[in-house]
Amino acid sequence: MRVIVCIKQVPRAQELQVDPVTQTLKRVGVPSEINPPDANALEMALRLKDHLAAEVIVLSMGPTSFDESLERAVAMGADRSILLTDRILGGSDTVPTAYALSETIQKIGGYDLLLCGEETTDASTGHVGPGIAGHLDLPQITYTSEIRIEDGKVRARRTAEDGTEWWETTMPCLCTVNFGCNKPREPTLTGKIRVERGGVVTHWSCADVGIDPKKVGLFNSPTIVAKVDTVRLPARAGRIFSGEPEETVRKLLDALIADRVIVP
Amino acid sequence: MTDGHVLEDKSHFRGVWVFLEHRKQGLRDVSVQLIGEGRRLADLRGAPLTGVLLGDGVDELAKYAIGYGLDRVLVVNDPILEIYRSRPYAQVMAQLIRRHKPEIVLYGASKNGRDLGGRLHAILETGLAADCVKFDIDAEGNLDMIRPSFGGKSLAHILCKKHRPQMASVRRNVFVAPPHDPTRTGEVVPEKVELGPSDVDATLVDFQEFTKEGGLRPEEAAVVVSGGYGLGDPKPFGMLQDLADLLGGAVAASRKAVDSGWVPKMLQVGQTGMTVRPDLYVAVGISGAVQHLAGMQESKKIVVVNLDPKAPLFEIADYGIVGDLFEVVPEMVRQLKALKAAAADGRTTVPATVQ
Repeated sequence: MRVIVCIKQVPRAQELQVDPVTQTLKRVGVPSEINPPDANALEMALRLKDHLAAEVIVLSMGPTSFDESLERAVAMGADRSILLTDRILGGSDTVPTAYALSETIQKIGGYDLLLCGEETTDASTGHVGPGIAGHLDLPQITYTSEIRIEDGKVRARRTAEDGTEWWETTMPCLCTVNFGCNKPREPTLTGKIRVERGGVVTHWSCADVGIDPKKVGLFNSPTIVAKVDTVRLPARAGRIFSGEPEETVRKLLDALIADRVIVP
Repeated sequence: MTDGHVLEDKSHFRGVWVFLEHRKQGLRDVSVQLIGEGRRLADLRGAPLTGVLLGDGVDELAKYAIGYGLDRVLVVNDPILEIYRSRPYAQVMAQLIRRHKPEIVLYGASKNGRDLGGRLHAILETGLAADCVKFDIDAEGNLDMIRPSFGGKSLAHILCKKHRPQMASVRRNVFVAPPHDPTRTGEVVPEKVELGPSDVDATLVDFQEFTKEGGLRPEEAAVVVSGGYGLGDPKPFGMLQDLADLLGGAVAASRKAVDSGWVPKMLQVGQTGMTVRPDLYVAVGISGAVQHLAGMQESKKIVVVNLDPKAPLFEIADYGIVGDLFEVVPEMVRQLKALKAAAADGRTTVPATVQ
């Protein structure tokens, strides 16, 4: 079977800092990583590969700096990777992104299972995975933490609002994978050697795939970011106590009672 | 919504819709909260507010929903729609939106709301903004969809100028639920859509409801006691539960505590977890990463307990104790118990709880 895992490269979440002077996000020199939920999706694909004769292809869309994450994915055990990279894709929101990835998936062809992370840590929409399923009219199971292939069908455990659901569907289908549901493996030595030899990332342009230029990019995205406001958190009283626990706790509880936050 | 590359004239689109999620014959609270905000937006646009209810035998629920402020409810009854299913729900919503052309459609940013919205916005080729915290109408009549970005450190204004409908999702507890007025009148409109067995492309084979560990869920509780990496291992969550019980609250956790495997993911507060806005949020051993702030900064009062006086969370604390949580929390439990006992001995039996 053929599994395609869609990944995005994002700035490392822990490194996100706001410049105290300009109150804007520091971006320059921030190291990148595979979007953590996508790394969980990749690990899920590699576990299927461990047990079944599965081919794992990793797909991303973005600038060529994304090669770094695709190479890491191959070093972890993916068979090959494809980067859809084209200037005209710049500024695409989730609608053109889902469209462009769908077209690329169709160009790859022969797929049985598509996996995406539940959302990205930089944009946090979770819209692209279901968007791809919508474009390709495939069954979708979102927020999964376990996937089994049984009798040619997919059985997936989904974390819903009020409980755990087990869904069964036919292939091909798309599943999105819960952040933190597994521990992504480290790159292997043989994987690193494969990457060293080169040629593990294939670059495709929109023309290579047959993507309609009138349907992608900033201008063809339904949404725009009109402006960004810095959040100024509301001023808080900030009564901070330090000292012996018996005294600090008494002062805290006295204050909470006096301010009618709690009623003894 | 596009037809080839030619966008349909957006002036044809009118009215505000709220997608109504329901469970066990009741509306989900996020949907009720959205009716309140939808009412405000519909009034600003001088247009009707419509609820959309998909299910099997949901006419009574539709009538009841009107009491929260709807003008009408579009209802589709079909056995296939009894439970939420991605494809049939998306197919039905797409048909209804193409038929009636609403200007704005709001969804809860729940698991199912995101599953539906994500699929639908690709089918309809229109804009969808996730996790909005505020809406405005701009000078040109567009919906200004305001959402946190970069872990809550900034707010982005998203506009969908050319495409219709403008769609947005909103998390639970962002807006306040409107009161229910049983005398309010409105129309329940049955809708016919084409739906057959072939639209069911996935089967729910098992469901296990979450047991409510420790009683209350953090999203529902007036008091949330939340533990972070400073707790060191799963065991100290027991004393947090003691504290939460005394305050009539629920226990939650930071992403680091969840990632360390100490507590289940369903207790995680923050950008990739849940949003809470309790009356009182007690953060224990949580330094205060921006991801965490995004999920709790709307709490009415915030108490921070941390050994490190430089922990960023102190910056947004109403009250704080700089100290060892392993001394402070048991002392809080001890003193609260003593206060309760004193109150019980005295003229009143009111337990320590939030007003």
